[in-house]
Amino acid sequence: MKIGYYPGCSLESSSKEYSKSLLAVAEKCGIIPEEIKGWSCCGASAAHNLNHDLAIVLPARTLAIAEEQGFTEILVPCAACYRRLAAAQYEVTTNEETHKKVESYLELKFSGKIKILSVIEFLQKYISPVADQYIVNNLNQKIACYYGCLLARPKETSTLKRTEDPLEMESVLEKTGAKLINWAFKTECCGASLSVSSTAIVAKLSGKIIENAVASGAESIVVACPMCHMNLDMRRPEIKKQIKKDLDIPVLFITQVLGLSMGIPADKLGLNNHFVSTKKVISSIVKKEA
Amino acid sequence: MARIGVFICHCGENISATVNVTQVAEAASKLPGVTYATDYKYMCSDPGQTMIIEAIKEHKLTGIVVGSCSPRMHEATFRKVAEKAGINSYLCEIANLREQVSWVHPKSDATTQKAIDIVRTLVQKVKQDSPLYPIKVPVTKTALIIGGGIAGIQAALDIANAGHQVIIIEKSPSIGGHMSQLSETFPTLDCSQCILTPRMVEVAQHPNITLHTFAEVESISGFVGNFDVNIKLKARSVDLSKCTGCGTCWQKCPSKKIPDEFNEGLSDRTAIYTPFPQAVPNKPVIDRANCIWFLKGKCGLCKKNCPTGAIDYEMQDEIINIKVGAIVTATGFDIKHTDFFPEYGYGQYRNVIDGLQFERLASASGPTGGEIRRPSDGKIPEKIVFIACAGSRDKAKGIEYCSKICCMYTAKHAMLYKHKKPEGKAYVFYMDIRAAGKNYDEFVRRAIEKDEVLYIRGRVSRIYEKNDKLIVKGIDTLLNAQPIEIEADMVVLATAVVANKDAELLAQKMHISYDKHHFFSEAHPKLRPVETNTAGIMLAGACQTAKDIPDTVSQASAAASKVLGLFSSDEMTREPIVAVVNRMAPPQFTTCTGCLLCMEVCPYNAIEREEIRDRRTGDLIKVAAKVNAGLCQGCGTCVAFCRNKSIDLQGFSNQQMLSEVIALLNQPF
Repeated sequence: MKIGYYPGCSLESSSKEYSKSLLAVAEKCGIIPEEIKGWSCCGASAAHNLNHDLAIVLPARTLAIAEEQGFTEILVPCAACYRRLAAAQYEVTTNEETHKKVESYLELKFSGKIKILSVIEFLQKYISPVADQYIVNNLNQKIACYYGCLLARPKETSTLKRTEDPLEMESVLEKTGAKLINWAFKTECCGASLSVSSTAIVAKLSGKIIENAVASGAESIVVACPMCHMNLDMRRPEIKKQIKKDLDIPVLFITQVLGLSMGIPADKLGLNNHFVSTKKVISSIVKKEA
Repeated sequence: MARIGVFICHCGENISATVNVTQVAEAASKLPGVTYATDYKYMCSDPGQTMIIEAIKEHKLTGIVVGSCSPRMHEATFRKVAEKAGINSYLCEIANLREQVSWVHPKSDATTQKAIDIVRTLVQKVKQDSPLYPIKVPVTKTALIIGGGIAGIQAALDIANAGHQVIIIEKSPSIGGHMSQLSETFPTLDCSQCILTPRMVEVAQHPNITLHTFAEVESISGFVGNFDVNIKLKARSVDLSKCTGCGTCWQKCPSKKIPDEFNEGLSDRTAIYTPFPQAVPNKPVIDRANCIWFLKGKCGLCKKNCPTGAIDYEMQDEIINIKVGAIVTATGFDIKHTDFFPEYGYGQYRNVIDGLQFERLASASGPTGGEIRRPSDGKIPEKIVFIACAGSRDKAKGIEYCSKICCMYTAKHAMLYKHKKPEGKAYVFYMDIRAAGKNYDEFVRRAIEKDEVLYIRGRVSRIYEKNDKLIVKGIDTLLNAQPIEIEADMVVLATAVVANKDAELLAQKMHISYDKHHFFSEAHPKLRPVETNTAGIMLAGACQTAKDIPDTVSQASAAASKVLGLFSSDEMTREPIVAVVNRMAPPQFTTCTGCLLCMEVCPYNAIEREEIRDRRTGDLIKVAAKVNAGLCQGCGTCVAFCRNKSIDLQGFSNQQMLSEVIALLNQPF
């Protein structure tokens, strides 16, 4: 089976380690996602604020060419890309007029019914069932899974069962031996793209998330979104000023944690690419008893 | 020779705006057998009715077709008209030109043609009609009330005071329902128990009322006037005839850590217990799921200490059969509990409580003796946040409706807290304040203006615990739409009112309809609000939809008056639309061969086996099916199953249906 891969801009730049670790984990489990040829921008933060048609047509183009290339499923690890592609799919498949309009813009015929997998769905579907045979390490860590907004909302396009308190990331990480804590800020806003225009707001919002994770006993935070990661990791100096506390809790991608438990070397997972040191997590690994 | 009259109604403009009514009347007048046809603006009005009566007399009509609204609306009206004019009321047929034509089609020739087609089929049918006479059945003048809350109590007292027998069944060990749990009641702040408990005692002592607590409906069969109900009396393990309610048993019971349902889990009870001090009957029950004797076969302390020997561990569930003429369903409601709200902590924060729990905290008979104290540490809270619409009016949570009582009880809660702790702060997050009712808005204004409750228009997005406080994150949509955070000591959620867990099952047992939220459906939302679609079964209280006490009591009295109406005569008439097995002169007697397939398929057990015997010798001549007209509901299943067309439905016979179909297919003009 052919799974299409849509990295989007983040996974090729600021979140290279997300892509790296995801592909490493997939490869370990014998799955090689194939990059969609000629994919384009999903529109993300900008398009849907400017022009509704553009916001649909941009991601729809990728859906259309992926269909043309014969993919039945595509993996979209970035939460923002996933949201835009899923939104476009929802509009195209529920509104016949929109569908026709998009096809005329693109000068392409497509059904729009290709299966879009978020990273969580991908891990649940392809990695979790076989994970047992590849997991060699136990993670001696207390982990707070942070979902952010885009994976859980809106209800119409999210596959997560409990919008306000999802548990899917926890279920994926269950077999790593980590202690998955219960905390209140799983789906609170990190400030998202205000990171660039109003960094102070991001520092305030992300600061609260980090504070609550630490107060709830977490030793590391695990995310599945490049934007969340950037705000919680790269904006740490601003956060530090805002909360007047120097919290050095590392922020990892879910695929990096899985990779560590599968014995993939830290550098292959891009764990050296973070602003906040991930050493504590790496050193918490205990070899699983055979 | 048939002389049929056709009367086409305009229904104001409801029909005439899309159907050419004059053309329909004209077409009808040319149908074979039609002597007279006309149209009129309001056929159901007094002049309209008079017009029909005069036409019947003048033209010596033998049957009429009225082209008007649905037969559900005015069939009864026009049948009475026919009867007044001296023809059998079942020789009147209704052509539904409103619901099936004008309301669902645009104005066009095709629409008018459809109206003509329908009238033509009914003209054919009415020519096949034969006079029918209503069936008389005796009425059992005993009412069954299901549920012993305020709705059931009110209905029971009203019926019993009118001199009829009443049987109440209540699933829990005491009557009283949710109202017995409440502290004070809006908008007068009179104590709930003070007004309720005298009624409970009245029920227990009333000579016309039989009370079965700890009992459930097992099955219901029969029909209006003659229901046959099996009731399960659950094993109470205490012999009520011997028990004096002295309380020795529960004082000795060693199993003391069971969450108390009456106090909504805010205190504990023993395994043998009386639900609350004012319970009726004021006698205990053993909770077998938590009793050491039933779990481990040891203990037996209650039995050893009972001075009257009333404890009976061997007691079994018992099924009793009763015959009643009418049923009032008053099974009440439930509320969503705090674990329904992930954003408010899935019920894991002990100081986030629901409205009923607050009632128990505020009640003088409650676990804190009426002092508002936090469940976690017993401290008196300095700040309480009340959240109205917790779950209600929230499509994402699957509850689109307004729970109706929350605006008022939240104002009451905040007020009660402020009365007990005037320096404390009470915040109320709300969407809208819905205080429609006598003295209701005045009550809310009093909470805001006099008791200084702080109302914030906005929703709460999240609650989490931090340093022993609950951080309530919300938004004030007025005042520049600012996000706000309140550090509260306690949060009270006015959670949605929902149907009882077993409501659906009960509705299915009773053959009454219910909505998608499992609230029971009334027969008509405006004009028949207390009856169900099943004749003889009424509704009272919050089992129909969320209701406050005044509305519940009003509806209970209304349900009682419907029951009393039913009990006002010794027999009642039923529609003669029932199945009949044909009979003819000997030696054939009937074409029925006695295969009795119809008996197997009848959903109402209305078909019996009949033995036709020689009058002199008593020898068996033939076995045939026989329909009990009292039980038959006229569904026609037997007609479809009969192999040689020996059974037929009066008023809707095979011949009548066929003639309608033929009339529809053969366009005679």
